[in-house]
Amino acid sequence: MLEVRQQYTFYGVLLYVASTIFVLHLAMWEPEGPVWKGLFWMMMLFICVNAVAKSFLQEGKERLLYFYTIAGARDFILSKLLFNALLMVVMSLLSVGLFLLMLGDPTTQVWLFVLLSMLGGFSLSLVFTFLAAIAARAQQSSALMAIMGFPLVIPQLLLLNKASTVAFENVLQGGFGSMILLIIGLDVLLVAMAIILFPFLWKD
Amino acid sequence: MLRQKWWKIVCVILLLYTVVAGFLGSVPAEPILNETIRNLYFHVAMWMAMMITLTVSVIYSVKYLRTNKHVYDIYALEYAKTGILFGVLGLITGSVWARWTWGSFWSNDPKQLGATIALLIYLAYLVLRNSMTDLDKRARIGAVYNIFAFAMLFPTIWIVPRMVDSLHPGGMGNSFNIEMDPRLREVFYPGAIPGWTLLGVWITTLRIRLQLVAERRHP
Repeated sequence: MLEVRQQYTFYGVLLYVASTIFVLHLAMWEPEGPVWKGLFWMMMLFICVNAVAKSFLQEGKERLLYFYTIAGARDFILSKLLFNALLMVVMSLLSVGLFLLMLGDPTTQVWLFVLLSMLGGFSLSLVFTFLAAIAARAQQSSALMAIMGFPLVIPQLLLLNKASTVAFENVLQGGFGSMILLIIGLDVLLVAMAIILFPFLWKD
Repeated sequence: MLRQKWWKIVCVILLLYTVVAGFLGSVPAEPILNETIRNLYFHVAMWMAMMITLTVSVIYSVKYLRTNKHVYDIYALEYAKTGILFGVLGLITGSVWARWTWGSFWSNDPKQLGATIALLIYLAYLVLRNSMTDLDKRARIGAVYNIFAFAMLFPTIWIVPRMVDSLHPGGMGNSFNIEMDPRLREVFYPGAIPGWTLLGVWITTLRIRLQLVAERRHP
């Protein structure tokens, strides 16, 4: 993919992550568990908007035409989804690491939280990839991303936030398994919708 | 069939029946709910009408993507607008009800939040459509987003609010888990749901006709 060649975006997002967490570190020092968790998911949301939204919005008309000639719509959206998902998994690993380093460690089950954050990054990237594909066709696309994106990710963020409480407590809560299943189900639904609907967006 | 008159008369009769029987008929006295149980005929039935009109809207969106006929796009848009109207009404009747049972109009209950998020997703549909000027493009992208929004409606309204504690009847901590009383059934199923749905269809067909006439005048 061409994205690998545009490394400056990747490093840009990386710098964004690092500096935001550093500012949080200066502002908050070592926050309590719930605050830590809330800050983390908000961070993930903004990283996702920054990293994934670029994938469609930055492509010029000519380059989209080029992609159109070399690949089918399904392959194209699948590769975009895959690339962004990988990117977000890497980003979420990095930000968990930085969070633990700079804001202290209020969790009791760190590895569980790492896994959850990877799942969260993965599902957020799916939503935003598809939304970016829609918004890229309209004018003022970055404002539209915000309008369409935020209501759509609220349920996901709420679920993730609730699921990740488990990593902060020793007592295992009920309903954890079904929440994880629901998040995964939502991901499957999103991928299916993207594959079915993207060909209609593509022909222009 | 939709050009005929009989179903509009049926709609008026059903709604009259709903309002009269809803306010005057006898209802079972449940603890906590008491007389506010009458809101079943308005609030719950309006959500049902919303689900039905939004479903119709999605069906027309799919039809548009298959055939590329411009009328289907207008149908989908107007049904979605009516759905949003019923959603807003459902939210208002719900919070009036909440004033008398929970003590305040708005208490950040998961159900209220879920419904608000769902409405925001649909309002974004209208914004998205207005942001494009090209007719074909607007119709196609609108249809894609409409299908997507409908898919997201299920987690926000039906699944997520059920997984967290809620004061809403049907959830935990309230008395309405039991079977619906036959006296309520008599009004709810034959009267309220079809009544409000038919009203929605009526509004929508009027708006669709208006839209078609307006487009014929300014092609």
